[in-house]
Amino acid sequence: MKAMIRGNESIAYAFKLARVQVVPAYPITPSTLVPEKISEFIANGEMNAEFIPVESEHSAISAAIGASAKGVRVGTATASQGLALMHEVLFIASGMRLPIVMGIGNRALSAPINIWCDHQDMMSARDTGWMQFYAESNQEGLDLGIMAFKIAEDPRVLLPAMVGLDAFVLTHTVEPVEMPEQKDVDDFLGEFKPNYVILDPKKPATLGAFAFPEHYMEFKYGQWIAMQQAKKVIDEVFEEFENRFGRRYRKVSGEFMEDAEIAIVTMGSMTGTAREFVRKLREKGEKVGLVKITTFRPFPKEELISVLKDVKVVAVMERNISHGFGGAVYAELGSAFVNQPSRPKILDFIVGLGGRDITFKTFEEVYGVAKKAIENDVDEVNWVDVNKEAVLKAEGLL
Amino acid sequence: MYEVRFHGRGGQGAVTAANILAIAAVKQGYHAQAFPYFGVERRGAPVQAFTRIDRERIDLRMNVYEPDAVVVLDPTLMGVVDVTQGLKSGGIILINTSKKPEDFNFPGFKVATVNATEIALKHRLGSQAAPIVNTAILGAYSKAIGNVSVDYVIEAIRENAPAKKEENAMAAKEAYESTILGW
Repeated sequence: MKAMIRGNESIAYAFKLARVQVVPAYPITPSTLVPEKISEFIANGEMNAEFIPVESEHSAISAAIGASAKGVRVGTATASQGLALMHEVLFIASGMRLPIVMGIGNRALSAPINIWCDHQDMMSARDTGWMQFYAESNQEGLDLGIMAFKIAEDPRVLLPAMVGLDAFVLTHTVEPVEMPEQKDVDDFLGEFKPNYVILDPKKPATLGAFAFPEHYMEFKYGQWIAMQQAKKVIDEVFEEFENRFGRRYRKVSGEFMEDAEIAIVTMGSMTGTAREFVRKLREKGEKVGLVKITTFRPFPKEELISVLKDVKVVAVMERNISHGFGGAVYAELGSAFVNQPSRPKILDFIVGLGGRDITFKTFEEVYGVAKKAIENDVDEVNWVDVNKEAVLKAEGLL
Repeated sequence: MYEVRFHGRGGQGAVTAANILAIAAVKQGYHAQAFPYFGVERRGAPVQAFTRIDRERIDLRMNVYEPDAVVVLDPTLMGVVDVTQGLKSGGIILINTSKKPEDFNFPGFKVATVNATEIALKHRLGSQAAPIVNTAILGAYSKAIGNVSVDYVIEAIRENAPAKKEENAMAAKEAYESTILGW
């Protein structure tokens, strides 16, 4: 069945279809519609879950941890400052190995206040031990939302997961989404059966309390191993999903990559516009390909090396910035290649921060620099669609 | 690919109009996408919403800069914003107004008019002071632009109007029949 839904609704439907039992949430633009829609499902009797309205995102994720530790399926949603406010608690969720799934309406961080799209929120949570998936469309938001539970709950993994949907560009855009049948999702996901201690008054136990230096590192190594295992589990779950529902997912997807000399690397909703752009360039005979990263944590190092090793220039386009170095994807992709015998030139393009539209003009500029880089030295980190002159004047440099 | 821009004021239902048009287009077998101008909506402030319609799956995610048609839900906006901005040459401007197409001067474009406010008031959609004209204007869209049939528009309205489903459907039908084409 095809449904016309907004990206936020695809997360709400994923939770409903996954039969999520507890949803603690605090509203924030642009993801407010997720808890709204879920409370509507619950009020209508379409979803049998407990909705916990809390007083902050910090409480939302704390309540999610409590519920997940009881051994039930838990989902929540937030964005931007909300995710930032959760930050210290995010480590507790992953350290306690709780398979919580969280939808993120990817939005810029203040200051200045901005409600629009970029990936700074999730990128700033990169090291919290959560898995990270980025959706290109509302269909991907729904499918990844469902798959995230299966991956997170796998006994080899037991880690929480975030599914990012670009603020407004997806969260508020209505488009057709193939809605899976409840019974198929039930068969696919099965019931969540926690393998480890769950909170039970009859069998008291302490979770995540304290570890001396003699033990702490083993817990961290356990998370490291789980993240390594997740790489394999994600592939298995993507494959099982494809067999059952017919939609193909990969941690990294290459298109038009045969004989490509330049590869554009994207994440999230900009990928669609990039595909149109690359298609047009291919028609003109340009040797350009597109590589989409769907899974950012665990980082798909092997897949990226495999798809990008033979190109001359890689143009990483990303909606985040680590001031003082560059974008996170660029940094990690560079690290992935550092011990390879040969590697492409890797360039970073900072685009679309705070909702600045990523248009064909953006791609043209990126492609122009990438093409020049085949023979020449160019800047490694490039800011695109920015009024640099105004900024340099304000900083007293012009 | 056919791209439509809706101009309205917060509260008039421009965003819902764009959504329902996309839903109707999909019912007719097209692919479609609808989104608001990603702003902070306030009642009465100028708002924009967009619909893309195509035979193929729509990958494009950037804003609409050169629409094929614009739909103006509130004629008082025309003194405030340039509704023809980026409009393709020969593109259609559909205006909710009591005036006739010949009362407007938009060289190089086609003008169609409909009195959606009167129709909305007649069916008590919204309040006397702030009628909700979006369903009426969608009926007029079918007449003026014609790529999405009024039957699918009405079906989409019936399924998606939060209240007064029949009145909204009637409003669309009446607007369809009373739209004046200036070409």
